[in-house]
Amino acid sequence: MKTSDAPAVMEPQAPDTLLTLRAAPATHVTIRGLCKSFAGQPLYNNFNLDLPRGRIVSIFGPNGCGKSTLMNMVAGLVKPDSGEILFDGKSLKDTNIGYVFQNYRDALFPWITAWDNIAYPLRRKGMKEAQVRERVDELITLFEIRFDLQRYPYELSGGQMQTVCIMRSLAPRPEVMFLDEPFSALDFEMTLFIRSKLQDAQMATGVTMVIVSHDLEDAVFLADRILLLTRRPTRIAEIVPFDLPRPRAPEAVSDPEFVRVKAHTLEVFRREMSA
Amino acid sequence: MNSLHLVLNKLFDKRALPLIGPLLLFALWQLAISAQWVKPVLLPPPGETLQHLWGTFASGSIYGDLYATVYRTVCSFGIAVVIGVPLGVVLGSSEAAYRSVEFLIDFFRSTPSSALIPLFLLIFGITDVNKIAIASFGAMLIVLFNSAYGVMNAKKTRVMAAQIMGVSKWHVFKDVLLMESLAQTFVGLRSAISMALVIVIVAEMFIGSETGLGHRIIDAQQVFNVKEMYTSILVTGALGYLLNLLFLLAEKKLIHWSGKA
Repeated sequence: MKTSDAPAVMEPQAPDTLLTLRAAPATHVTIRGLCKSFAGQPLYNNFNLDLPRGRIVSIFGPNGCGKSTLMNMVAGLVKPDSGEILFDGKSLKDTNIGYVFQNYRDALFPWITAWDNIAYPLRRKGMKEAQVRERVDELITLFEIRFDLQRYPYELSGGQMQTVCIMRSLAPRPEVMFLDEPFSALDFEMTLFIRSKLQDAQMATGVTMVIVSHDLEDAVFLADRILLLTRRPTRIAEIVPFDLPRPRAPEAVSDPEFVRVKAHTLEVFRREMSA
Repeated sequence: MNSLHLVLNKLFDKRALPLIGPLLLFALWQLAISAQWVKPVLLPPPGETLQHLWGTFASGSIYGDLYATVYRTVCSFGIAVVIGVPLGVVLGSSEAAYRSVEFLIDFFRSTPSSALIPLFLLIFGITDVNKIAIASFGAMLIVLFNSAYGVMNAKKTRVMAAQIMGVSKWHVFKDVLLMESLAQTFVGLRSAISMALVIVIVAEMFIGSETGLGHRIIDAQQVFNVKEMYTSILVTGALGYLLNLLFLLAEKKLIHWSGKA
């Protein structure tokens, strides 16, 4: 993952593009010259970032640094003031993405069953019913679902609802999957469960994942790279690699490497908080 | 309080509890007559009234009026829905459009429709059309307002979830916004049918009418036929109650997620 928050060499004021700042090898998503202000206050100014293919990147940073805003700009939910975001050189509208919201209750469609929720994006893409069934069954096997998917979302527990959300976003085989604080409304047991399911799903599909988390342990546990942001105007404080082999068991949190990375991340975070 | 609770539980099946209120009312009614608080000429005994009620159904003399009222109410409601729901949904999906007519909607919603009767008389004359027109106007505002708010208050997350999947604008509208608005729309429908009935009854009473329960009530009052008057009032009340119940049951069945998500 190669990054630069310095302006391009030849024109100090001009924002970067993919032409002035090349992508690092094995990059999936390139963000160049991204600018975004809120009420005249710059949040991002000429922000550059490469997201590596098939890896999980956690975004972590102080409150109000725009972790979610950054992810939502990449996912197309928030319009940047300027800048270019390309997926393998394609624009967003030619790219299949998935998104998991913090608020699973508001994200699912309560008028159809959990099963139909998962099938919805497939049916809307015009997939034949037999293939839809096949794909949903595949996901059921992958997630080892043991609760009744013929129930309506409001009849499920929080963890079950979030699982359905993740299955729904994975159903159309997205290239990139975005997760906005997916655990923050879940209890510890469900967090462990969904964390391991996400890891399984990522290993099985090789999807590129971006996770925003406010919990340091969750951020580090799943990540291949931890993207640490500064206070606004937001820059990259550091990108911490975390290469503990997968699958990582819940006990990985006491692994010396985990402890070291987490401590280092915390140190950078505190430095940025007081900066 | 607790012992009363126990006694009630012992005496009645839980399902019979809703009957207690009406029985108490009839008891109080009978008491008012037995104790001679009210002259019988103003208030007939409940037993005789119920007997009269039975008689009007047995002889079939009430069916014409009942049918006329139901027909007008259903027509008005139908017109209100056909205009109000699509218009409300369209206005609701464009906040700017709704804001620009919000004052008009709120103004006429706050104006008792009965106050508009003279205006409608000028336009439509003393006709059946007039009664249906004014009732559908009053009901339509309620439907429109609720449908619009249903769409406007659609959960943003749900809309975003659909957009992220890359579904078309039309499908976001049909699959999410419209479905989201249904719960609120049904609240509107239930209030609207009650409003339609109220206006139809008032119109039948005061806009020259030959039929309808409102006409029956005011006719009975003119000739001091109190039994007939109370009977018609009871039937009108029962009609309103049944319509409301019908919509509640339909809502429970169709909008199963209402209040849960």
